[in-house]
Order: sequence, then structure tokens, then C-alpha cells
Amino acid sequence: MTSPSFVGKNARRFTAPSVIPGFGLTFGYTLVYLGLIVLFPLATLIWWSSELGLSGLYAIASEPRVAAALRTTFFISFAAAVVDLFFGLIVAWTLTRYDFPGRRLLDAFVDLPFALPTAVAGISLAALYSPNGWFGAPLADFDIKIAFTRWGILVALIFIGLPFVVRTVQPIISELEVELEEASATLGARRMQTVIHVMLPPLTPALLTGFALAFARSIGEYGSVIFIAGNIAYVSEIAPLLIVEKLEQYDVAGATGVATIMLAVSFAALLLINLIQAWSRRRFGHV
Amino acid sequence: MSEIAVIPVARRRAKYRPVTEDPPLARYALIATAVLFLALFLLAPLAIVFVEALSKGVESFLAAFRDPDALAAIRLTLLVAALAVPANLVFGLAASWSIAKFSFPGKSVLITLIDLPFSVSPVVAGLVYVLVFSGQGLFGPWLAEHGVRIIFAVPGIVLATIFVTFPFVARELIPLMQEQGKVEEEAALTLGASGFKTFLTVTLPNIKWGLLYGVLLCNARAMGEFGAVSVVSGHIRGLTNTIPLQVEILYNEYNNVAAFALAVLLAGLALITLGFKTFLEWRHADELSGRARRH
Repeated sequence: MTSPSFVGKNARRFTAPSVIPGFGLTFGYTLVYLGLIVLFPLATLIWWSSELGLSGLYAIASEPRVAAALRTTFFISFAAAVVDLFFGLIVAWTLTRYDFPGRRLLDAFVDLPFALPTAVAGISLAALYSPNGWFGAPLADFDIKIAFTRWGILVALIFIGLPFVVRTVQPIISELEVELEEASATLGARRMQTVIHVMLPPLTPALLTGFALAFARSIGEYGSVIFIAGNIAYVSEIAPLLIVEKLEQYDVAGATGVATIMLAVSFAALLLINLIQAWSRRRFGHV
Repeated sequence: MSEIAVIPVARRRAKYRPVTEDPPLARYALIATAVLFLALFLLAPLAIVFVEALSKGVESFLAAFRDPDALAAIRLTLLVAALAVPANLVFGLAASWSIAKFSFPGKSVLITLIDLPFSVSPVVAGLVYVLVFSGQGLFGPWLAEHGVRIIFAVPGIVLATIFVTFPFVARELIPLMQEQGKVEEEAALTLGASGFKTFLTVTLPNIKWGLLYGVLLCNARAMGEFGAVSVVSGHIRGLTNTIPLQVEILYNEYNNVAAFALAVLLAGLALITLGFKTFLEWRHADELSGRARRH
């Protein structure tokens, strides 16, 4: 280690020399495990879809039922993420800036959609919004049907996506500098002006990130949706359900095609999140 | 001094609102909106699980747990978690040790790849294992020749669960160990401790709460996973049904009480997880990684 050729040796080494042992073992194990569990199976999916080719993928995506399911999934996921963006900001703001009885408890419950298994969320939402449920019965009096329609999908996706927005925005709200608000007020801004022009702009990257995370999660969501959606072909059928149905009919190629399209959109969302964060670091100095 | 000084301040508080506070009306409206939204969208779905499970009385609630298929589902869920969680725990330790204690090129790519399973739909996670191991899959013919079943059997369920819970421990430990640096380990090693002893007596005590936190979330997801497991399980009663899959079957048979009774187990697990999580964040916040928690 302390030989004169230290620098030359170091330049050729993969990792910098260190007194800490175990790099080879832990790094090797990490790569092997990651490769076997995650990368190899995903590569198999990409290999299968490359056999389909772009024309094959296009043919699958333009099957009327697949196209309808993809449209339903993307459109409702987007709508749910918009709702989550709006209410998530209000919830994050309220939980961070105000003190009221039960605040800590509500704050803990925001993570419920992460912790509650999706199948449980699915059957309980279906029970709530079915025509004789707690919410379904009063709504039925006004001729509003939620369960077993597209609205049911929206409700389930709002539930799933909410914590992504709240948990991404919350730390940024709590780090907002009081001095800036005071400066804005002493310069004559009304409170609303301060909120819109001073406090919301630094929250934008976090809001966008939360939105993209909620959207990406919603696209893949399966368990909480299928119980409440009614799963009517062309109307309330989501893309993940179509994968399951195609597999049950032994249409592996079709299932692979739908999965590839969904995977591409999730990765695009992931890339978008990284771009937002890179932009945010440059613009605001935080993520 | 204090009496003279405090009274005018208190009086001023009553009259004027600090400029950094929102008007009371806006405040109450926002609090009401947030509380109502959370009550309707989060608390009601949780509450109805317990209400539905007990809707026909305690006796029929308990009867749901005497069904041998339900007991088999509970046993299988425990078995799957007992295999998947330790596997990802060992991986999390290895990954965070190599990433946090050493510098090497491509580190951020590696971290992104570790997070990858979170961006994959659970159904797609199940599908990729079908593509590898099923009869039509890559290793299908070879496996059939040797009489090994992975898809529609327990190994497939374990693998799919490992996939969806893959990043939980690692993503908690990596930022935590990066924050802590490697000075303490270097001190221990230069004082003559072995590598393993250094890990046990220096590193482990530093990361124990973060480790517990990651394991907790990993376990909750492992026991509750539905989509990925549903694709690979084949839904064979008493054999390849985990609790969530059994809940689905009972619900589709209009056996509401039994479905929600099993769901109570999972909802209870979720509540315990949330309770522990809140406790750890409150009591040991400085010993957890400061990164925003998104999953």
C-alpha cells in the first residue's frame, strides 16, 4: 500500500485502496444477486419483446381491447395524480404548518396506502362504494355510481398515489425559510401573494416529483383497482389486468407486449423524475 | 422585567397575527379540507375492514380462522416472508457496505438499478418470472425434464416476493451508511479489530434502527404482496394461496365475512408497521436516513 508505485497502482484499480475489508465479497454478491433477481428476468422480458419487434408491439397495442385498456390506465392514472397533487399539497401544508388535535395521528396515517396490502384496500374500497356501502348508498340516491365504473378506478388510484405527493412535498415545506416570508410581507405583499410568489415556487420540483411518482405507481397498480373497477372490457379494464387475462389464455406474447409498453412508460416517468431533480438541484439547491 | 415585558407582547399577539401565519379562515378551511379528505380516503377504507369482518358477530369472524385453507394461507404467507425478508436483508447489508464504504465508478447507476423493482408494476414482476420459469419460458423445458416446478408453486411465489421487496432494506441503509462515513470503521480496523468484528461492534450498532426500519417495511410488503404473487401462484387452494390471494378468492365467492376476517390480519399488520415506523421516526429520527421516504 505504501510502496512508491502506489499512485500508479491506484490508477489501475477499480476501487480506491482502503483499510476496510470485504469490498470484493459484498460488491460481488450485490452484483450477482441484483443480476439474478432483477436484471436477468427483466432482460428476458426485453428479449421476448424484441422477438415481437416494433411492428409486433404496435399490433398488440392497437388491438382495440388493449388500446382501450392502455387509454383507461394512462388517462385515469393522470387524473388521479392531478387530484393527489391538489389534495396532497393541502394535506402536506396542513400537517406541516398548522397544529391541531390529532395532527400527529393523521400524519402517521398518510402512509397507510404504503402499508395496507393492495388487495385489502381493493375490497374495502369496493365495499365502501358499492351501491349498498357507506358512501355508495347515499351517492346512489343522487344516481351517482362509483364502484364498478371508471370512477371506481379513479378512487382507488387517488388512494394509492396520495402518500407519494404528501411525503415528497412535506420535507420541503418544513424547510421553507421564514425569513423570506417576513421579507415578502415587509415589502408589502399580501399573504396570498407571498404564498403564490415566494413559497410555492420552491415547492414546484417536489410537487412535480410527487406527481410523477404517483402517476408511475398508478399505471402499474393492480390489487386495489380490480375489485372496485368492475373490469368491463373496453370501459373499466386496466392494462395490468389485461396482462393477467392474456396469461390465463396462454397468450404469453400478448402479455409481454402490454408489459413492455407499461415498462417503457414507467421508465419514462422515472427518467422524468431524475430530470426534475437535476433541474431542481441547479435551480433551488435541493431535491 | 418579565411581567412588564410579557403583558404587551401577549396583548399584541391577540390583536395582530404574525406575517408568517395564514389568516384564521384560510387555516380552518385548509385543516377541514385535509381532515375530511384523509377521513374519507384513508380512514374509512381502514375502518370498514374491521366493521365488515365483525358484521355477523365475533363467532363467524373467528370461524373464518378455522377454515383449513385459511390456515394454509397464513402458514404460506409466514413461510414466504421468512424466506424473502432475510434474503433481502443480507443483500441490503452487502449492497450498502460496498456502496457506502468504498468508492468506485458507476455507483449511482448501481443505486438506480437497485431501486428498479419499485418502478416495475407488480403484475410485470410476476410476468418476468413466468417468462423465465414457466413451461413456455426460457428454462421451462429443462425444469420440466428435471421435475422442478417453480411457477404455480411456492418457489415462484418466494421469487416474485423477493423481487417486489428487493430495494426496501438497501435503500434505507445506503443513504444512512453514506451519511455515517467510514471513519469509525477505519479506527476500529487500525486498532486491530477484524473486519467481521468491526462490522458487529461498530457498524451494526450505528445502523440498527435503520436496519429495523427497512426490515419492517420489507416484511409488510412481503406479507401483503398481491399482484406479483397472483401471477405466479396459480391460485391452488391450500397449496399456493397466500393471505391476500385467499382474501380475493373468498371475496369473489361473496364470502364477505371470511374475506374481511383475513383482511383484518393484514390490516392489523399494516397498523403495527405504521405504529413502529412512527415510533422509530419519532424516537430515533437521527439514526434513520434523512432521505424523503417514498415507498
